[in-house]
Amino acid sequence: MSRLLEMRDIWIEGRTDEEWIPIINGVDLTLDKGEVLGLIGESGAGKSTLGLAAMGYTRDGVRISKGSVVFDGIELTTAPARVKRDLLGRRIAYVAQSAAASFNPAHRLIDQHVEAPVVHKVMSREEAMRDGIELYRRLRLPNPEEIGFRYPHQVSGGQLQRAMTAMAMSCRPDLIIFDEPTTALDVTTQIEVLAAIRDIVEQFDTAAIYITHDLAVVAQMADRIKVLLKGDEVEEAPTREMLAHPKEDYTKSLWAVRSFQRPQKPPAPPDATPVIRVDHVTAAYGKVPVLFDVSFDIHAGRTVAVVGESGSGKSTAARVITGLLPPRQGQVFFKGEPLPADYRHRTKDQLRQVQMIYQMADTALNPRKTVGEIIGRPVEFYLGLKGTKKRERVRALLDAIELEPDEFIDRLPGELSGGQKQRIGIARALAAEPEFIICDEVTSALDQLVAEGILRLLARLQDELGLSYMFITHDLATVRAIADEVVVMKDGRVVESGPKDEMFTPPHHPYTDLLLSSVPEMDPDWLTNLLAERGVENIGDAAAGRM
Amino acid sequence: MSFWATILLSLAAIAVAAWVFRWGGQKLTNNRPFFRDMPFGVAFGYVFGAVALAGVVHLYVLARTLPPAEANKYFFFRLAVEGFIGFSIAAWLFRAAGRRIGTQASRKLFRQMPLTAAFGIMIILAYAFVAIFAGWLAPYGQEEVLGAANVVPGGDPAIGGDPRFPLGTDQIGRDILSRLIYGAQNTVGIAFVTTALAFFLGGSFGFLAATLGGWLDQLLSRFVDVLMAIPALIFALLLMTIATVWAPKLGIPLTVFMVIIIAVIDSTRVFRLARAVGLNIVVMDYIEAAKLRGEGLGYLIFREILPNAYAPLLAEFGLRFCFVFLTIASLSFLGVGIQPPLADWGTMVRDLAQFINFAAFAPQVAVAPLLAAGAIALLTVAVNFVVDWMLQKSSGLKE
Repeated sequence: MSRLLEMRDIWIEGRTDEEWIPIINGVDLTLDKGEVLGLIGESGAGKSTLGLAAMGYTRDGVRISKGSVVFDGIELTTAPARVKRDLLGRRIAYVAQSAAASFNPAHRLIDQHVEAPVVHKVMSREEAMRDGIELYRRLRLPNPEEIGFRYPHQVSGGQLQRAMTAMAMSCRPDLIIFDEPTTALDVTTQIEVLAAIRDIVEQFDTAAIYITHDLAVVAQMADRIKVLLKGDEVEEAPTREMLAHPKEDYTKSLWAVRSFQRPQKPPAPPDATPVIRVDHVTAAYGKVPVLFDVSFDIHAGRTVAVVGESGSGKSTAARVITGLLPPRQGQVFFKGEPLPADYRHRTKDQLRQVQMIYQMADTALNPRKTVGEIIGRPVEFYLGLKGTKKRERVRALLDAIELEPDEFIDRLPGELSGGQKQRIGIARALAAEPEFIICDEVTSALDQLVAEGILRLLARLQDELGLSYMFITHDLATVRAIADEVVVMKDGRVVESGPKDEMFTPPHHPYTDLLLSSVPEMDPDWLTNLLAERGVENIGDAAAGRM
Repeated sequence: MSFWATILLSLAAIAVAAWVFRWGGQKLTNNRPFFRDMPFGVAFGYVFGAVALAGVVHLYVLARTLPPAEANKYFFFRLAVEGFIGFSIAAWLFRAAGRRIGTQASRKLFRQMPLTAAFGIMIILAYAFVAIFAGWLAPYGQEEVLGAANVVPGGDPAIGGDPRFPLGTDQIGRDILSRLIYGAQNTVGIAFVTTALAFFLGGSFGFLAATLGGWLDQLLSRFVDVLMAIPALIFALLLMTIATVWAPKLGIPLTVFMVIIIAVIDSTRVFRLARAVGLNIVVMDYIEAAKLRGEGLGYLIFREILPNAYAPLLAEFGLRFCFVFLTIASLSFLGVGIQPPLADWGTMVRDLAQFINFAAFAPQVAVAPLLAAGAIALLTVAVNFVVDWMLQKSSGLKE
């Protein structure tokens, strides 16, 4: 095979207030025609920066300080803007993480699709439209003739991501850079997009750089995998070899993350009073009903995982428990006592007993308050501690979440990493000394290694303090790791519930089965086998069934 | 040659020069990306800028070398150029000093500060200094009538000035310099109090509306809409006219009425901003967490929302201050604002306005009314520079 892209000794720097700091330190990257390279690493590893550099492009305030990028014989780092304009979109294309944010909401999909071929004079407008519809068909979008004439907000996230892939294919480029194209999608939708991308890349023999932090996804897509850590290359190998025999410790630790699993606790005795009982709850936002007759129990010291896709009503159930959304019918009991439906009518002690940890630690911590103030407030508010006593308690809490008190107590949230912020969120919930904590997708915004640390911390705190968790997630690997019991939700109803071990062994409810089988596995043949098993048409059916 | 032909020919000449400039640059630098990727429009801009700069320098040299009678034509031009250069140097020195003196944090602030912001801060500090120490700085009292009217500034007897009064005396013989200095105290002081009051009213109600929502939000917002529907200056004028009748009856100075009237009218704009900013903040999870903790309204507004709204509110404070300031000056100019004999810049412009007619043949005399106008303009520009800088800083923080 012939060489398409050759990046040699690439150094990239980003500008902060006063100086240039390194982002990529001397990485080499080569790609043959028709080959797919997987680029993995944590956030901040420089994956996206390196991917963009493959197009000879850098974001504002970033520069390629050294090295060469040769695309099909053309040196991109020194190429005139005119030459690069001609290449980009026509021979090199880019698919961004969030299609919803990358489409212009004011124009129809097909109008945006034909822009590149028309501007580059590859096709006339009519040809490009016909071709676009053909691409939509190949990417298995429903109603290919008609879907292009919708606006971006009128199609679902998974469809938008496929439309974006079609747009990247419009000029039949030699190279496409996929920047986390499925990260924002549900598992069941992710399958459709992955299958579509893989097919079309194979059909047109396009080379691709596939950027992701999810190993199981990259295993399905890539011929070769390159691992990055803080701007340095850790190792690179063909996919099967890399999966079977990772060489470096860092790569091994990435592989090992998925192995964390806590033994399931024995079920609570049947006569025990549950800490939280959700009893036949029906709830609605205004006139839109969201929950239908939902019931489940959470027992002392247990973790109940509530799983389902976005829109299944998991978070709404949490809002009913906290009292933010008073239910239409039904009631929530705390240790056998009914809780007032509206949080404003609950006593201070009732509020203290139910704490919450949020998905986005960024918005859950007040950016203008120091860590000490954030954790100190519930200590003062609920427990009435002041001055030195309060400070001591805050320091003890920081110790409990494995952060060095002296180092962190006076920092602002902006000076913390994602995982550290989430730990502060946990400490704030613990500060109230509650019996029950709702964890709303607490690990889904984090890298796998960091997420595993959070899960281990939550498990340890549960053992030490006897806490009960309601664990809302769409990630079944997390469920496997931490849950004692599982509640599966779909369209506002509880589809299935029971102890974890039972849930993970067949027979399942058909929806549980679909969810379980959609979780990517590390086996590179997994997607192929799954598609063969389901039959290609079934994917479309599954998609149609969901909508 | 007609005027239009001259313009067209000059533009054509610049276009040719621009092409030569780019071509020469490419040859001389061996095709550096700067010249290689330069669009023609940018090259045209460079040459055009250079020509304009050369024109300015030429005119300035003329203004300095021509005999006084001829040079009078260029008097204001010369003033502008010298003012620009003078203020630039002063701002640069001010910033250089700031980088060396003070705490670590303030030195860092000055290191990252653009020159415009340094200029703005310098001017604001200078105004504050003058306003606070007006009593010591002014050579005469603001109400003191000292003799004949003589508006010629400079104190040079050769052109009719009086060395005792460096900026001249006004139409009834009061020292203009002293009145300018006291004007800083009156105009700026009152504007500051008015703006602060407007922010207190608008900010409190705005955050309240954002936090509570529902019918209270509707009620306050519609009331504000009604107030905003009436043109601000005319509304203020109307209310001031009523106030001039009430003030003597109630024994309250008219200035107090003016402060309240302008503050209420301007608080509607602050309300809108505070409500919009507040609405963005109340949807954050940390507000939900505080609500679920059982926190009261006061804690929510002042401890959770307000710290996150400082940046936009502070920026708005700067702008609003300028508007209030100009409103006061306009009202004073119209005769219902700050009342004589108190010195006020708006009133000073109105009282001396007739001298602007002398601009063509005796520009020094026309300076008299423009001094107060210039004082207003300078502060407005300075505040806006600082506000721009703060906005940029605060938006940068979010990333």
